[in-house]
Amino acid sequence: MSHYYKFFCSRENLRGIRDFVTSVLKNHPLSETEINQMVLAVDEICSNMIIHSHQCNEEDFIELSIRNQKDGIVFEIVDKGDELFNLSSHQDPSITDIVKQGKKGGVGLMLVKKIMDNVEVLSEDSHHVWRLYKKLPPQRI
Amino acid sequence: MEIQVSNEDTFYVISIDGDLDASSSILLDNALKEATIQGEKKILVDCRRLNYISSAGLGVFMSYLQEFENNHTSLILFGVSIKIKDVFQILGLDQLLTIAVSKEEAKLLVVNEPLL
Repeated sequence: MSHYYKFFCSRENLRGIRDFVTSVLKNHPLSETEINQMVLAVDEICSNMIIHSHQCNEEDFIELSIRNQKDGIVFEIVDKGDELFNLSSHQDPSITDIVKQGKKGGVGLMLVKKIMDNVEVLSEDSHHVWRLYKKLPPQRI
Repeated sequence: MEIQVSNEDTFYVISIDGDLDASSSILLDNALKEATIQGEKKILVDCRRLNYISSAGLGVFMSYLQEFENNHTSLILFGVSIKIKDVFQILGLDQLLTIAVSKEEAKLLVVNEPLL
């Protein structure tokens, strides 16, 4: 089964994205903490796209789909932005360094990678796809 | 998301109600900035109504930790739900932040912290 959500690039839409992901995941036998983690991972990717790729341009939009696989759940976030994020060159920052330097950002993608079992960025035709995969036992899908 | 600030005796209490995300974390940043401007040394954050936190919210807390340590300012969170605490734990921030169960415990933790 697949679920689809389209949103325009405004920070104000993050709440709607989270509500959508939560409503889909509530159909699965998952704990509130597990649902919150996956909602968080999707929210982090979407907010990064909205703020950094689209500079909160409300005329741009992004598409999100959620589908079940036999061994887990796949979240796909499809973006028509120009810039392809180079995930392989991304290194997780040191929390100690961030605290010492008084930085406010930099841990979003780290959270996503710790929560999800696989994170990919693919380039397909004229768009980019962030594919997040969470492994789950069959009885919980 | 709403933020309320109040003074209780010598404590500066920030109460968060709602979702702390990329659109609202600026409000928490403003409240903590105001606390530093006012020279507050005992800051409590009431998380009983905090429903959600993203990296933007975590980042605000992280950005003040070093400054507060340098200034001998106590920052204690209380009433943190299991799912929010889980987010702190993913990055190990539960080891860097002081988290109390209740406001009463939070006040005791501030009082009992040794002055450097």
